[in-house]
Amino acid sequence: MSRTLLDKLWDAHEVRRDPDGTSLLWVDRHLVHEGSHHAFAKLAERGLDVAEPGLTFGVADHYAPTRRRDRIEDPAIAKMLERLETNTSRHGIRLFGLNDPRQGIVHVLGPEQGLTLPGLSINCGDSHTSTHGAFGALAFGIGATEVAHVLATQTVRAQKPKSMRILVKGALGAGVSAKDIALHWIAELGTSGATGHAVEYAGDAIEALSMEGRMTLCNLSIEGGARFGMVAPDDTTLAYVKGRPFAPKGAAWDRAVAAWRALPSDPDATFDKEVTIDAARIAPTVTWGTTPEQAAPITGTVPDPDALPGGKAEAARSALDYMGLTAGQPLQDVAIDQVFLGSCTNARIEDLRAAATILRGRRARVPGVVSPGSMLVRAAAEAEGLDRVFTEAGLEWVGAGCSMCVGMNGDIVAPGKRCASSTNRNFRGRQGKGARTHLMSPVMVAAAAVTGRLTDARELMEAKA
Amino acid sequence: MAGWSVHEGRAVALPRRDVDTDQIIPARFMSASRADGYGQYLFADLREGDDGFPLDRHRGASVLIAGANFGCGSSREAAVYALVDAGIRAVIAPSFADIFAGNAVNNGLLPAALPDAEALMDELGANAAEARIDLETATLTIAGQSHEFRLPDVWRHKLTNGWDDIDLTRAHLDEIAAFRDARHANAPWVWAEQDDEQATAG
Ligand code: SF4
Repeated sequence: MSRTLLDKLWDAHEVRRDPDGTSLLWVDRHLVHEGSHHAFAKLAERGLDVAEPGLTFGVADHYAPTRRRDRIEDPAIAKMLERLETNTSRHGIRLFGLNDPRQGIVHVLGPEQGLTLPGLSINCGDSHTSTHGAFGALAFGIGATEVAHVLATQTVRAQKPKSMRILVKGALGAGVSAKDIALHWIAELGTSGATGHAVEYAGDAIEALSMEGRMTLCNLSIEGGARFGMVAPDDTTLAYVKGRPFAPKGAAWDRAVAAWRALPSDPDATFDKEVTIDAARIAPTVTWGTTPEQAAPITGTVPDPDALPGGKAEAARSALDYMGLTAGQPLQDVAIDQVFLGSCTNARIEDLRAAATILRGRRARVPGVVSPGSMLVRAAAEAEGLDRVFTEAGLEWVGAGCSMCVGMNGDIVAPGKRCASSTNRNFRGRQGKGARTHLMSPVMVAAAAVTGRLTDARELMEAKA
Repeated sequence: MAGWSVHEGRAVALPRRDVDTDQIIPARFMSASRADGYGQYLFADLREGDDGFPLDRHRGASVLIAGANFGCGSSREAAVYALVDAGIRAVIAPSFADIFAGNAVNNGLLPAALPDAEALMDELGANAAEARIDLETATLTIAGQSHEFRLPDVWRHKLTNGWDDIDLTRAHLDEIAAFRDARHANAPWVWAEQDDEQATAG
């Protein structure tokens, strides 16, 4: 019988299936961060050990200070970082801690180190674990009770999701990126458009994406309700993985590649749900509301809630109220107070390069922060001189971590302030209490910085050419 | 954790869709220890400055009726802790985000998917009503009306027995060990050790 990528990955990790349909899945990689403290506490309560410390990796990211790391002023933050150190060292888990030169956001660091490989099952107590699916891995976010379960047993209990394929056909226009594909489909299908499903992205527009782009796309799957986002491994994947510190070498590499080549969905495999998108129709997209589905092409206007169906009208009204926007207002007229370029969605080297193409030789009209996804991304960017492009434009170049994506480390947007952000969630208060977030791609963040308002990055690209 | 099969309590409506985890508990409270109770942080920012917030107007309510896609966003189980510690036993909504629903069931909180929850929410308005939830029949009775919600068998079993997954799984340690050996033989690179060289970010 023909099988999808999801079927193959699921079958390869299923230890057993209960009569009620619950699968017990083996976990190849378990990534923990500061927020995993609840799970370690559960383990301690029961006096249990970590089943496979060698398959468990710790990363400091959510609370990582992006500025002064030698003296952490907030005792609550210091405590979170300390707890991670204590828990990982007690259980013999390798930690990429605050002062490790490889430190970064878990979903940036994993792929960078070659911890993320095709065919693996990967869990982390973080909803954006879907990012790792870009390699053709079975990767999904879990809650603290499940984290404790993985720690104790190296397995996770899960119901197999339904399969969904999003086919993106054709070629993306200039200035349009993976972020726009994601915001586009979520705007069309809604934030629960893929709930209960594992999304496989396919089509020539996806094949043409770099690994960075695929990671951005898979990362955002959860914003459309899908716990899993996946792309079948191909030559692009292998080229990225080869030579990474934890990737197989020599004969093991050849053997692994043979296994990975068999992963893509069979040509005649069928999906429970299928959606086709014409890449040429996707414009640079920005959010105007407080959920990622409240998004529109930058060339458009803030929608009129009265024109939206049923429950969406009320949600839009309340979102516009929170965001301080009026129906009918052209999106390009919306003035911003600051920008943020960072997060596990868009802070890889390619994202920084893209933003730099707009900022090079220009000044930002508003303040902003650039936080690379890892300290290695930071080093690579500095080697290319990207840091100077950002600082000469007037933006602040800081260390790696979740930073202003979630504000846990103290990097926040002040109440009522409007931020053009390369992150993944524009929820109320996500970037700080009362903060107003507009999600967009890195080039769009850069363009907004230059003009001080939401801007079609393509205009600045043309002006330069 | 103790299981439950019938719950009687007061229901209130939270007339919003897409209630995300950042609204349920803002990130800044997440470094707190669970021992201190997470109930005080529930909906912290929504409640502030809103005298009429449903859970403040009707103290002691234990059933929350809300709009579609409840619990979307982060995997933070703290969102469930905040609801549970504030005394909430069940959330009734047309749909739930997958990770939130799983976390809820793991903590004895019922995520009851009810297609006409939004109609119920509108009917209730700013009032409270006595509600009865029966997990066996998957019914919610409110204002004399019965509504059947969707409740997968797995969830019913877990909620009524207060099952702990770790115990359930530890009964299969032999199968897990055998699987591990096979995995090790077929995909030894899963356990691969790190190369000395450091990665580049390129
Ligand atoms: S960068 Fe943001 S979305 Fe990504 S893991 Fe950190 S907090 Fe979560």
